[in-house]
Amino acid sequence: MSAARGFDWRRTPGLGTFTALVFVFVYAPLVVLVVYAFNASNLALVWGGFSVEWFAKALGNENLRRAATNSVIVAVVATVAATLLALPAALALERGRAFRGKAAAEGLVALPLVAPEIVTAIATLVFFSAIGLRLGLGNVALAHIVFCIPFAMLPMRARLREMSPDVENAARDLYADEWQVFRRVTLPLMAPGVVAGAMLAFIVSLDDFLITLMVADAGATTLPVYLYGMLRLGVTPEANAAATILLAVSVTVVVVATLVMRRGERAVAA
Amino acid sequence: MSAALAPAITPAPAAPTAPGLAARTVTLLVPAVAVIVLFMVVPMLIAAGYSFLTAGAYGGVRLPLTADAYVRFLFDRDLDDSLIFDTTYIGIFARSFVLAVLTTLFCVAIGLPLAWFIACRERRARDALLLAITIPFWTNLLVRTYCWVLILRDQGLLNGALQASGLTSAPITFLYSNEAILLGLVYSFLPFMVLPIYAVVEKIDPRLIEAGHDLYAGRLAVFRHIVWPLARPGIAAGTLLVFVPALGAFLAPDLLGGGKKLMIGSLIQLQFTSSRNWPFGAAAAMILMALVLVGLVVMARRRGAGAPR
Amino acid sequence: MKTAVRAFAFSLAACAAGAAQAEGELFIYNWSDYTAPELVEKFQKDTGIKVTVDSYDSNETLLAKLKSGSAGYDIIVVSSDFVEIFAKEGLIAEIDAPTLAGFPNLDKRWTGPVWDPDNAYTVPWNWGTTSYSVNTDKVKEGTDSLKLLFEPPAEIAGQVGMFGSPSEVIALAQRYLDMDPCQTDTENMKKVQDLLLAQAPAIKVYNSDGIIERQASGETLVHQQWNGAAMRSRELNPAIKYVYPKEGVVGWMDNVAVPASAKNMNNALEFISYIMQPENMALQSNFTKYANAVTGSEAFFEASMQGAPELITPEDVKVVFTPACSEEATQLMDRVWTRLKR
Repeated sequence: MSAARGFDWRRTPGLGTFTALVFVFVYAPLVVLVVYAFNASNLALVWGGFSVEWFAKALGNENLRRAATNSVIVAVVATVAATLLALPAALALERGRAFRGKAAAEGLVALPLVAPEIVTAIATLVFFSAIGLRLGLGNVALAHIVFCIPFAMLPMRARLREMSPDVENAARDLYADEWQVFRRVTLPLMAPGVVAGAMLAFIVSLDDFLITLMVADAGATTLPVYLYGMLRLGVTPEANAAATILLAVSVTVVVVATLVMRRGERAVAA
Repeated sequence: MSAALAPAITPAPAAPTAPGLAARTVTLLVPAVAVIVLFMVVPMLIAAGYSFLTAGAYGGVRLPLTADAYVRFLFDRDLDDSLIFDTTYIGIFARSFVLAVLTTLFCVAIGLPLAWFIACRERRARDALLLAITIPFWTNLLVRTYCWVLILRDQGLLNGALQASGLTSAPITFLYSNEAILLGLVYSFLPFMVLPIYAVVEKIDPRLIEAGHDLYAGRLAVFRHIVWPLARPGIAAGTLLVFVPALGAFLAPDLLGGGKKLMIGSLIQLQFTSSRNWPFGAAAAMILMALVLVGLVVMARRRGAGAPR
Repeated sequence: MKTAVRAFAFSLAACAAGAAQAEGELFIYNWSDYTAPELVEKFQKDTGIKVTVDSYDSNETLLAKLKSGSAGYDIIVVSSDFVEIFAKEGLIAEIDAPTLAGFPNLDKRWTGPVWDPDNAYTVPWNWGTTSYSVNTDKVKEGTDSLKLLFEPPAEIAGQVGMFGSPSEVIALAQRYLDMDPCQTDTENMKKVQDLLLAQAPAIKVYNSDGIIERQASGETLVHQQWNGAAMRSRELNPAIKYVYPKEGVVGWMDNVAVPASAKNMNNALEFISYIMQPENMALQSNFTKYANAVTGSEAFFEASMQGAPELITPEDVKVVFTPACSEEATQLMDRVWTRLKR
């Protein structure tokens, strides 16, 4: 109907071009990263022909493998834990009743966002040693969970705020109990927010360098900390290859997760 | 102080609706709050305590208690040990602040149209685009920043392309400038702006826009009166996610800026490392946090005053 | 949700397993890319001890970590100016190195250094000098003095690079001005500050990383650098020359020590003995391109290192080692650095 009148709000002139340019901006470093991972020369500046030897070298590097495994374990644990902690809190803050201290609670859960990372890193290090907590990788995971919570929660709250409570209330009128309302109505509707939150949490955990550097004990080195070390002596194709492998693995994981989610949704719809 | 924080990221909370859920509100909040208090607030209090102690000879802190770290922020000791007003640290803070503001503005300017474009696609395309915009951020930030060095350097790809196309004859120095830092920061934090904005604009009811158009609103009017107001909670959330880390960033200033000027992040880092003055580093961090909190309160007040009740 | 709990439990269990250090393990904590993989491999094969190498970015990070009591490392590598600090703070164990097998192999020049007179805590790892390298294709004049670096002529303005750490920049500036390291004299530090402020407009970048590439590619023409790194630059670009200036160079030595909290003390001592054997230490030098203190290791150097000019300090060039600076000196350095970059 609106199209017939020559106004399609879904199409803004120039926006497609703009988006394409943004994607060029966003992907340019990635292209560089991947291309140079296949560079036979060990100098990042000179193209020495196509080679996969750096992948073999990166895969054969035991310390690198260990660091990558650590990173993935920490990121998965932190994402899952932070999402599980953030979800009820987001519900409480957006759908719950007002109570004394609610504002304080709201501020507290946002605190990790406003604390400078270097301070968090030092403070956490001192704190862990004061209480004698020695879980190795567990320490890193704990520290990550903390700063992942607000990241996971923000998109959830934004989403909940945009969702009308009417549908949930309608379900209640139809004698659904609270769990049913949550499971059948609230959760499916807020799913994009939950996914966005989990993604954000995963990204910040996977990327964290400073806090991990400070908190990690022997054997708990993560990939950013290891790559930082590799890159100190220049951009070697081995570091590029390692980052490319990580990229390939995460893309696979995310794509599979998206496909599984979609199938799950279809099943629900059916 | 923390109470003031929340409204900044959140507009007025929804009216209480679910009696059953309401009873459990506190219970639902307990786990997240407990984790943050234990592993964040307690360590932060320790850091706050540090800022009132004396620097240990080799890092760390010792007694006696003193406010020297805060005094030093505004006053420097002259050679004869008298205090003189000193703008060094204020300058460092101001520089970081301006850079963070610019980063946030650029992220909104890029993120909002992008999020809107994505939200306007079909379901499948939407998912694919959203995935595509986040994929680059699955690789390490440090590695990506180094890739920008490869692109921007004198013998880098950008200069190579410019010269090959005949646009320039000699390399232009892009790297080691404030513009390069800004580019790096915008690049680092863009998804933190796009995702929250997308989460809200995706929910905008198409009928609102069609209604707007039926009332003879053009694209600009639709944007101003419908999209922008509805996108604001997302922009506010994104601003928080972008502005604060940009304020404390030190990776981009170091790698892309050539480490020529100190930023808050590098100043604090320096105090905890080679300058071995933990109290001053902690004090700088506390001042930074105080400024952020004041900013959030102001934001919250303005929104509170402007919101129709 | 169940999966999540299981994953969490799994990761915690994995960590616990890591914490319970079995016999036959050795945790090395060293600067990034500063432990030769060939050395580690050979050590593992010869002794059956499983080695794990972690890396840190600065002495300060190492200090902060050991001070906080966390760690679990058996071998650490500490710069000479930090050895005293670690010893004073009780962070490294007395190993009484002269009693270890292999100690007589050490060059007498490097035993009993000022920072550890009885080798009670440390043995040498690698040592080198700090000066600068120059691209001789583009710069022909003045390559015998630190003046080229600190008071660069107009032609090379904007193509000079310095380290990113205050202590290393200031130490070399003090060498140029012929002052003792760790100045506490405010007048002298004022001179250092003036020198660096005047130099600043000519500086392209202050960064300790990626120098090899910047020099090799010609992005910078003059850059503060370590001798071993300069050798790597030269291998990529023959025009790069490491300068031994008439004012002298700053020397540094990194030392192997055992943290007081080490869990595998015997393995750590075995490792230390092991690296005092020439053929083993040569593997380390071949990897990093830095000299070591083990007599006879040169025989096992790869061809490119035999007689490399970077590794041979001319007789008449003064090498000044930086001690651990006092609190006062550190504060003055911090002030100069902040003013330089405000």
